[in-house]
Parts: sequence; C-alpha cells; structure tokens
Amino acid sequence: MDVLDVGLRLLAVLAAFLVLPLLVGQTEHKVMAHMQGRVGPMYAGGFHGWAQLVADGVKFAQKEDVVPAGADRRVFQLAPAVALVPYLLVLVAIPFAPGGGVGQVIDAGIFFVLAVLGVGVLGSLMGGWASANKFSLLGGLRTGAQLLAYELPMLLAAASVAMAAGTVSLTGILGAFEWWWVPWQIIGAVVFFTAGLAELQRPPFDAPVADSEIIFGAYTEYTGLRFALFLLAEYAGIVVICALTTVLFLGGWHGPYAEDLGWVWTLLKTAVLAFVVVWLRVTHPRLREDQIQRVAWTALVPLALLQIALTGVVKVVLQS
Amino acid sequence: MPDYFHGYAVVGLVAVVGVLFVAVAFGAGRLLRPMVPTSEKLLTYECGVDPVGEGWAHTQVRYYVYAFLYVIFAVDSVFLFPWATVFAEPGFGGTTLVEMFVFLGFLSVGLLYAWRKGVLAWT
Repeated sequence: MDVLDVGLRLLAVLAAFLVLPLLVGQTEHKVMAHMQGRVGPMYAGGFHGWAQLVADGVKFAQKEDVVPAGADRRVFQLAPAVALVPYLLVLVAIPFAPGGGVGQVIDAGIFFVLAVLGVGVLGSLMGGWASANKFSLLGGLRTGAQLLAYELPMLLAAASVAMAAGTVSLTGILGAFEWWWVPWQIIGAVVFFTAGLAELQRPPFDAPVADSEIIFGAYTEYTGLRFALFLLAEYAGIVVICALTTVLFLGGWHGPYAEDLGWVWTLLKTAVLAFVVVWLRVTHPRLREDQIQRVAWTALVPLALLQIALTGVVKVVLQS
Repeated sequence: MPDYFHGYAVVGLVAVVGVLFVAVAFGAGRLLRPMVPTSEKLLTYECGVDPVGEGWAHTQVRYYVYAFLYVIFAVDSVFLFPWATVFAEPGFGGTTLVEMFVFLGFLSVGLLYAWRKGVLAWT
C-alpha cells in the first residue's frame, strides 16, 4: 500500500466533499432566484455574491449552540455527525474517470453505497427523537417512513443495472457500459433519481421538514454549527445521488475523449442532474405525507419491478 | 484476498477522516461561539408560544404497516444482487428468466395483496 497515494486520495475525497456541496448550494441560490425573477445573493465576495455560502459558514460558526433543556444531550449533539459522515464514505467509492479514477475500488460497490447511504437517515431520526420537541419527533418519524418507502425502489432500480452489467462493482458497471443502456434502463433511472430525491427530503418530497406543518422537522432545535452540518449533509447528499445516477444510468465518464476528459463528463452529468434537483424544488408543490407513501408503493415499486423484468428478458435474449 | 481488505482499510481511513473533520469542527466551534444560556433560550420551540405538555408526546405511527412491508420486500430484494451477477452466464438460458418471473411474481402478488387490503391508503 502506497502511503502517499492513499493520503492524496483521502485529501481529494475530503476536498470534493467540502467544495462540491457548496457549489451546488450556490447554484441553488442563483438558479432559484433567476427562476423566480430575483437576482439572489449579490453582495458577499463582490462578483454575483459568490462568497455567500462562505459568509453563511462564518455566521454559523459564531452562533451560540443551544441544546434545549429537555433534550437528550449526547444524542442531540452527535446527530449531525451521523447524518454527515456516511456521504463522505460513499464519495470514496464513486468512480469519476477511467483507469483508476476512483477514491477506492470496492468490489461490492452498489451494495456498499446503498447500505452506507441508509445510515445517514439515522442522524435525522436521532435529532428528531433527542430534541424532545413534538414537531421534531414527527419530522424524524416522517424521515424514517420516507426511507422505508423509497429504499426499496432504489434497491430494485440499482439491481437492474447490476443485472445489465453482470457485476455489482461500480467500476465494473462503467467498464461494461454501452450507450444503448440509457434508453434500456431509462425507467430504472427515473425511479432511482426520484427515490434519491425522496431520501434526501428534497422538494417535492420534503414533508419531513414541511415548515407550514412541523416547523423544520427534526432540525427545528438545531442552531449554529450543528445546523450547518445538517445542511452540508443535505447538499453532499445531492452530489452523491446525482453522481450515483450518473455512474449507474448515464455512463459516468463515458463520452468523447473519455481517456483524458472522463472526469469532466462525470462532473458535467452530475451538475446537470443537480440542476434538475434545484429545478424541481422551484416548480413542484410539496406532496402530502400519505401521497409520498402512495407514490413509492403504487408507482415506483411496480415500475422498478417492470424494469427488472425488461432487463432480464433483453439480457437473456441477447445472450442466446 | 489482501486486495479485498485493502479496499475496506481505505474506507476505514475515510471514516477516520470524517470523524476527525467533525471533531475539529465541533472543537473549533466551541472556541468561537458565545455561551450565554438563559432559561427562556433553552425552552423547546413550538411556534413561539411556551411548549405544552411533554416533548416526547404520543404519536400514532400510522405507517408501521409500511415498515413491515419494507422489511419483507427489502430482505427479498437483497437476494437479487448476487443473482444479478450470474443470471446471464451461458448455459442458464431461459431457466433464469423463468426463475426471475417467479420471483417478481411473488413480489407483485405480495404488493397487490397489500394494495387490495387497503394497507397502502391512509383513510
């Protein structure tokens, strides 16, 4: 094991983890503003408010850290970390360029990634429970229910890609990728991306943090740095879900001059998906809690099963 | 086999980096921020009025049935992944397809049953 090599990879993963979510956040500020006929942040940093999130970070770091008197102190304080760290772990397994362009090749890639992604929700559950606040508790439970509903279609859609490629390794999937897979797996792609949105509690699936019903759900009692870490987790989640959709369904680094420009294609496709995430937030009203459950069980799960059947038939017919 | 462990060793290191990051952030935050707790400030926030009753209130967890459904389906689906890596190997041909449709059939019948039972609707 080359110590320097591993060290560099760790550093690169941490850098990506800290920079990409901020880029998505700033893009969200600006894109939302322009879609709503505003200009968004313009002051911080001078040029079109590019330093707005840096300024936010400085503000968060200076704020008092209030733990409610009735709260379960330790669990309350630990929750943001539990929500955040899984996304860092997932990032290391996502390939971004051909020929070793990945933090670490993991043979059971899809499996590892989906398993670790599920852990992040524990952070919201912990926060919701430990806050000793009725609204937080409701928000935490809604988060949990949402994970239960959407993890299944996500798993099934990912399994369909694994069937197509004949491997569960993310690098292996990209190695086997061919362009006609995009239309072939398109149902799975939509299911996966939608389920990902729901797991991140992004609009229109943001009932767990619905401000008009339950204040801010599990995060109601959080202030300062801990609140900032929850926000960072949300945006890191967007990066991870978009990158995974790219790798599984859109061919990852595949594109013209992939040998040299592979990482550009990965970033570009991820960025386009992140834009769609913001776009959906601006254009779609929030689904009601029961509607969220119904969409998952009566639309996404059957669609995912259909995709698996389609994948299986096409693959076996091609083989023979 | 050494490669296998190497992979997860790096993942372990990333976890360490993550924990360090959070620890440093919390430590630095402790140094930077003011600490002026007052009893009002430490109250639970409920839309601005003083909180009523206990924080850990009784709630009806209406979606516990979904939780059951999820456990059943997820345990089934996990078996898809090892199967997915071998199902198209030469020599299986139509057999795996039949198996797959039996499997999907079981899942669909389960889902349909839950649906017809009215489990997937709230009211």
